[in-house]
Amino acid sequence: MSAIGTSWGRYPHARQAVVPLHWRDAALPSTEGNMLPYGNGRSYGDVCLNDGGTLLHTRGLDRYIAFDPASGILRCEAGVLFADILDFAVPRGWFLPVTPGTRFVTVGGAIANDVHGKNHHGAGTFGEHLLRFELLRSDGTRIECSPTQHADLYSATIAGLGLTGVIVWAEFRLLRIASPWMAQETRRFANLGEFFALSAQSERDYAYTVAWIDCAASGDSFGRGLFFRANHAPVTAATRTPRQRRLAVPFTPPFSLINGLSLRAFNELYFRRAREGNAIVHYEPYFYPLDAVGEWNRIYGPRGFLQYQCVVPPAAAEAAVTELLKRIAASGTGSFLAVLKVFADRAPAGILSFPRAGTTLALDFPNRGAATFSLLDRLDDIVAAAGGAVYPAKDARMSGVRFRQYFPHWQSMLPRIDPKFSSGFWRRVME
Amino acid sequence: MKKILIIGATSAIAEVTARIFAARGEALFLVARNAERLQAIKADLDVRGAVRTATATLDVADVAAQQAIIDQAERELGGLDIVLIAHGTLSDQGECEKSVAALRREFEVNALSTMALLTILANTFEARRTGTLAVISSVAGDRGRQSNYVYGAAKAAVTAFLSGLRQRLAKSNVDVLTIKPGFVDTPMTANVANKGALWAKPDAVAAGIVRAIDKRRNVVYLPGFWALIMLVIKHIPEAIFKKLKL
Ligand SMILES: Cc1cc2nc3c(=O)[nH]c(=O)nc-3n(C[C@H](O)[C@H](O)[C@H](O)COP(=O)(O)OP(=O)(O)OC[C@H]3O[C@@H](n4cnc5c(N)ncnc54)[C@H](O)[C@@H]3O)c2cc1C
Ligand SMILES: NC(=O)c1ccc[n+]([C@@H]2O[C@H](COP(=O)([O-])OP(=O)(O)OC[C@H]3O[C@@H](n4cnc5c(N)ncnc54)[C@H](OP(=O)(O)O)[C@@H]3O)[C@@H](O)[C@H]2O)c1
Repeated sequence: MSAIGTSWGRYPHARQAVVPLHWRDAALPSTEGNMLPYGNGRSYGDVCLNDGGTLLHTRGLDRYIAFDPASGILRCEAGVLFADILDFAVPRGWFLPVTPGTRFVTVGGAIANDVHGKNHHGAGTFGEHLLRFELLRSDGTRIECSPTQHADLYSATIAGLGLTGVIVWAEFRLLRIASPWMAQETRRFANLGEFFALSAQSERDYAYTVAWIDCAASGDSFGRGLFFRANHAPVTAATRTPRQRRLAVPFTPPFSLINGLSLRAFNELYFRRAREGNAIVHYEPYFYPLDAVGEWNRIYGPRGFLQYQCVVPPAAAEAAVTELLKRIAASGTGSFLAVLKVFADRAPAGILSFPRAGTTLALDFPNRGAATFSLLDRLDDIVAAAGGAVYPAKDARMSGVRFRQYFPHWQSMLPRIDPKFSSGFWRRVME
Repeated sequence: MKKILIIGATSAIAEVTARIFAARGEALFLVARNAERLQAIKADLDVRGAVRTATATLDVADVAAQQAIIDQAERELGGLDIVLIAHGTLSDQGECEKSVAALRREFEVNALSTMALLTILANTFEARRTGTLAVISSVAGDRGRQSNYVYGAAKAAVTAFLSGLRQRLAKSNVDVLTIKPGFVDTPMTANVANKGALWAKPDAVAAGIVRAIDKRRNVVYLPGFWALIMLVIKHIPEAIFKKLKL
């Protein structure tokens, strides 16, 4: 288990008091400084950190409240993990309406970052499937919010980065499925043009689409990658339920195991070994390949790593993604995990929701200090010029100027933020 | 379907244990002092698949009220197969050194109340000639230490009582399980600042409790490595032990 009070990228470091929350009827503690809810620390940077303040650890709020097996509407406390919901719901024929690439997130964390998944083009963000939640403010008031009750606080809390109070419980709609299996098709693409064509072709018939792109490739192979599209499989698809093998990185090596050489070798191997065609796969390896290796974030060593996830609008997408990839390839430090997906044009659920029409690119960078930070600033220049945005859930370094460009409605948040709540991220981007 | 009574059902360890039972489709009767929290747990267990759940409030120190609650549980569930006694308070050792009233209160909650419950339950289980009485004692009862010997002495009393009761009820085919957790990260121990490698999560302890009940064990240390630790601690000669800072 990763230490409470760290984030997934293990950067930045923060020192804060941790107060566990266990009962939904209990009041918030009275603290000297400010406080911030902390779910399961699967955000990469500092949206879940509060250096010098207090973290309200919400995992103890892990009870179900009601489930209607006819409609699939689930009400539960905010510290329940997506992993637990899946264990509960899948055998009963239900699935999460939207899931990020790890199942070890809490319901509260999923709301506060308004997370998206491979089905954004059809299903939107997690916030779009919410029906209501209860917000506990530092003055002790409890406010039930929904699209029709306290709608302003509702849209400020979805993607609200934990700043509007503690989400105590939430109610949302699950998705009907016929089996735990996924019918997946893998296609190679030789360049970005082919990626966009495949995306456009697949949107109507496939609930889930995502691509892996080789950002170490240059010359003729520039822009090559693998496109994955899938649907939940019908009940007859397969019979054997695999238990995912659990590996774990047992300790943090003294230096990063990720370097240019290992990266290029890995990408080459991954690309060559990938098989095109159809396969039936269990939902766990399909949605959560990284969850099979516990605490894989440790391989980047004690300095940690940074993830960069941006979105660029459709008109500028191909040019901007090309420019981003060229920059990254030239730096020689991109990770083996570069993910590309087209987002649909949907009304955002929250004031600060990240997903918007366009193409999103996400990848990891080992923290090499100033060189890494200046590379990411250059990537920001490209994204900002294209009219895009960077995802706060993955961020540990964007400037206040950039944040306010990326999220032009940020001022609507201000009157809704709880006066006793703050985060490392928020103080940084409000500077 | 098993019919299960849990005393101290709002305890973190008991709650996770109840979830395992609920997922198996058992019937549960939950007892503690806080009605609202019992309600929250009941709703959760209902969702998780419990066939039937009901609750009642009781301050276990009110020994005279125990019989009625046990009768109510028997009625609501139509008998009892398993009882888990989990309530407890981590005594304030300093306070107990100054005040006999505090000492007495700790013994009432952690020892006497449990032995009283077991006295009532033993007779019905003995007559029924089947079932399991599972009780959470503690490694702290294995040897008194200066940091918490009042709590330890109360748990030692429970452990000794259970060992005698086990002999008595063996003849009637009734299982008596003594559960000895080590350090567990729960609201009871929320004030302990640095929880090192010896600390377990309630989930691990709960899984161990259910396994021990299923396997009809007599005594379990949870997690298991505490059996070794306590073996060592129990065998340190008093002459040396009295100089240790434990
Ligand atoms: C391997 C991996 C893959 C990922 N893939 C995706 C992806 O595909 N799509 C995507 O969108 N994200 C993705 N993420 C990011 C992750 O989904 C989000 O960061 C998520 O919010 C983490 O949830 P958490 O419970 O760990 O919350 P934390 O990281 O602990 O907190 C996140 C935010 O939620 C707030 N918060 C937590 N609980 C509450 C509460 N009860 N009330 C109010 N605020 C609260 C915190 O204050 C903080 O601002 C991925 C992360 C990892 C590690
Ligand atoms: N945590 C550890 O490290 C540890 C180690 C060894 C053994 N144990 C033992 O494990 C058991 C469970 O402890 P836990 O850690 O899960 O603690 P916990 O979460 O604090 O639970 C203790 C429960 O006991 C109940 N209780 C206390 N006094 C009561 C009374 N007078 N009448 C009725 N109920 C009462 C409380 O419920 P209400 O407030 O609702 O009444 C509370 O929910 C206890 O017996 C404890 O001694 C714990």
